[in-house]
Amino acid sequence: MKVSKILLAVFLTAAVSFIGCKPKDSTIQKNIADKFAANPECAGATATVSDGVATLTGEVKDDMCKNTAETTAKDVKGVKSVVNNLTVPPPPPPPAAPTVSSDTALSQGVTDATKDFPTVKATVNNGEITVTGSIKRKDLTTLMQSLNSLHPAKINNQLTIK
Amino acid sequence: MSALQDKYKQLIDAANAAGISNLQVSEQGNVLHISGDAPTGAAKDQLWEIYGKIDPDYRAGNLILDIDVAASAGTKAKVTTDSTALNIRKGPGTDQPIVGKAAHGEIVTLQNKTNEQWWLIKTDTGVEGYAYAQYLSLQ
Repeated sequence: MKVSKILLAVFLTAAVSFIGCKPKDSTIQKNIADKFAANPECAGATATVSDGVATLTGEVKDDMCKNTAETTAKDVKGVKSVVNNLTVPPPPPPPAAPTVSSDTALSQGVTDATKDFPTVKATVNNGEITVTGSIKRKDLTTLMQSLNSLHPAKINNQLTIK
Repeated sequence: MSALQDKYKQLIDAANAAGISNLQVSEQGNVLHISGDAPTGAAKDQLWEIYGKIDPDYRAGNLILDIDVAASAGTKAKVTTDSTALNIRKGPGTDQPIVGKAAHGEIVTLQNKTNEQWWLIKTDTGVEGYAYAQYLSLQ
């Protein structure tokens, strides 16, 4: 009986002192912050610690940084678990689709563009300009610049270049 | 990077280097569209020169190079027709009546850019009307 009481007392003392040995939440939090500060990949991340559970918040550069921050926090002494609430910025929107003029506008445009080139015939269908006939090499760029500025979907150049 | 962007990489790089504003590079239906506003006519010409090197006959049919030249009212432009005079018209379109002519090599003043094809210009003799932009080089 006496022995078991002593053992219990010893156990309790050990338990209390063991708890006392654990780093305090505030200390853990500071240690995580220091590690984050030392690693540029963790820029933007902050940790709050409660009962050894570290919660990460803030926005970091990408998913890799998000994982790095989690691993970094886990490695800090006293951290029992990590709740990773870090966010990453959404990917940039894809470039806007090109604007294509209506066939009516394109038809008017090709009439103007080919006026000075009587040997060139141009047709418009579904946003595509098709040029046939012939043109002198020196006039080709001039014509193509005009046609390209009309906002077509495509130019089918079937011209014979002389 | 897509195969098309790879093919025209030199052009895209040059467009970035030339300071093309509102530069847009997008793909639709296997056609690469590059559009934007060049700060000078020379910058536009340079891009067309590169395009001409990649595809000398402009025959591949997979690029639309739509480079406009930024210019404000009052800018001088030179008539760069082959040799003939440039028609000045009442409205923006070849179906519009001719109100005057500007001689080959003549310097005119830009009033405003109605669109990429037709600019409202004024000659030194006071004739005002629309001329086809392809034959005008901003000075």
